[in-house]
Amino acid sequence: MSLRGTRRATKQSQNFWEIASGKVRPRNDMVKTMTTNPILTVKDLNVVFPDSNGGLHALEDISFEVCPRDFICFLGPSGSGKTTLLRILAGLLKPTNGEVNFIGNQHPGVGMVFQQPNLMPWRSVMDNIKLPLELEGISETDARIKAQEMIELVGLRGFEDSWPRELSGGMAQRVGIARALIHDPDLLLLDEPFGSLDAITRERMWMELSRIWQAKQKTVIMVTHSINESLFLADRVLVLTQRPGKIKFDLKVDLPRPRNDDIRYTPHFGKLARKLRETIE
Amino acid sequence: MKPSLSRWLGLISILLGILAWDVIVRVSDLPKFILPSPADVWMRMLKSLADGSLLLHTGYTLIEILLGLLFGVCFATIIGYMLAKSRSLEKILSPYLVASQAIPIVAVAPLLVLWFGSGITSKVLICALIVFFPVLVNTVVGVRAVPPVLYDLMNSVRATRWQILLKLELPASLPVLLGGLRIGATLSVIGAIVGELVDAQIGLGFLLKVGDFQYDTSMVFVAVFMLVSLALMLYGIVTLLEKRFLKWQNRLDV
Repeated sequence: MSLRGTRRATKQSQNFWEIASGKVRPRNDMVKTMTTNPILTVKDLNVVFPDSNGGLHALEDISFEVCPRDFICFLGPSGSGKTTLLRILAGLLKPTNGEVNFIGNQHPGVGMVFQQPNLMPWRSVMDNIKLPLELEGISETDARIKAQEMIELVGLRGFEDSWPRELSGGMAQRVGIARALIHDPDLLLLDEPFGSLDAITRERMWMELSRIWQAKQKTVIMVTHSINESLFLADRVLVLTQRPGKIKFDLKVDLPRPRNDDIRYTPHFGKLARKLRETIE
Repeated sequence: MKPSLSRWLGLISILLGILAWDVIVRVSDLPKFILPSPADVWMRMLKSLADGSLLLHTGYTLIEILLGLLFGVCFATIIGYMLAKSRSLEKILSPYLVASQAIPIVAVAPLLVLWFGSGITSKVLICALIVFFPVLVNTVVGVRAVPPVLYDLMNSVRATRWQILLKLELPASLPVLLGGLRIGATLSVIGAIVGELVDAQIGLGFLLKVGDFQYDTSMVFVAVFMLVSLALMLYGIVTLLEKRFLKWQNRLDV
């Protein structure tokens, strides 16, 4: 895929989004996070899975707030309840106790990207991406136009009619991202979306995701076990402990945006990475 | 091997089989009512085609088969879906389901004919019964094999129960469902004949019996060939459906 192609795609979709929403906002994220009210408040969240010896405590006393257009990353070792947390936010799982409040007390539109692409093998790339719109009852023509726009955004032009089995891991996950964004969700949930990709593809996908996030200005909550990934992408990194998962450390990532590959080799990035490394046992 | 040659292999094999049959008839010099020659059977078929009786009987049997398939498949798919969704329902129904398989269909066929008469109803019931189990099992297997992560996906975008059925469960289990239909289609032909052999006034099974009583063995052969053709046709239709709906599997070498 040519760089020029993706750049043009970004610009188009950004314009579309700005026109559609009728608001062109300044790109200074630090200011925005400080001045807006949280759209999501999680308070004293506890999750216990019943089992034979008294229950498995997955999450303990999790509290945090999310502001609009935040990119928040939960960092933790496997078994820290990261996926459980995302499943609760997506409404797929009820917490044992604690509160999850969305602004206006109604569940927001959610787009979710999973560890595996989770594409439907019987649907083409185009049909996979437009699935959320189909479920909302949007007309076929409109859904196709929107899906085509998402295909351009994630750089998959020319693969509209491909079957999922014909795609590489990175391409399949791009389809997953496009599908999660197409219905314009209030909240984008990413569950280790690049965990199954090879290192080089993964780093390329960071750039892609960063670019898409800049273009779409979504509120994102991502879980990962990669320090580099969390620092490169997020505004804020929350570190979870080993089971039961508790928030142990809250790091504000004050790296300038837009971020590119070079930022990972700056001393400041190294300092933040070390800080995170030290808090994870 | 060249594809042009391999395409003709099936036909060549059939022609060789007929030739071998003809040779056996000539060499063994068996009477016509034991083993008719291919030419005898061919002439008998032309004759029964000309007087319209063959098409009448074949059509009647075909209707029985199709109605039986329709009821059997519909019923089995609905029950199968419910079983796949509910373990307790499975526990309640499974003794009956297993028992229904343990009894050979030939053993219940006379009962059904006794209860529902020698008309079309008993045959359709027998067909439906024989089709029921394989389709049911495949439905249960197919629906249970839907990946749980795809349910998560559907639920995360607030899909309704109905949407999950139509856009996830149905297409995901379609390969296995069609596999069940393929088995059911051939079994349905057997069901119709079993029913007609018990008691009937019309149909290919009736033709078989009449041919047998009258030592018209050529007629029996004609009826058997018609049955084979019906089974092959139904099998072919299922294969076409698979080609149409399972393109994404890239498994066209059925």
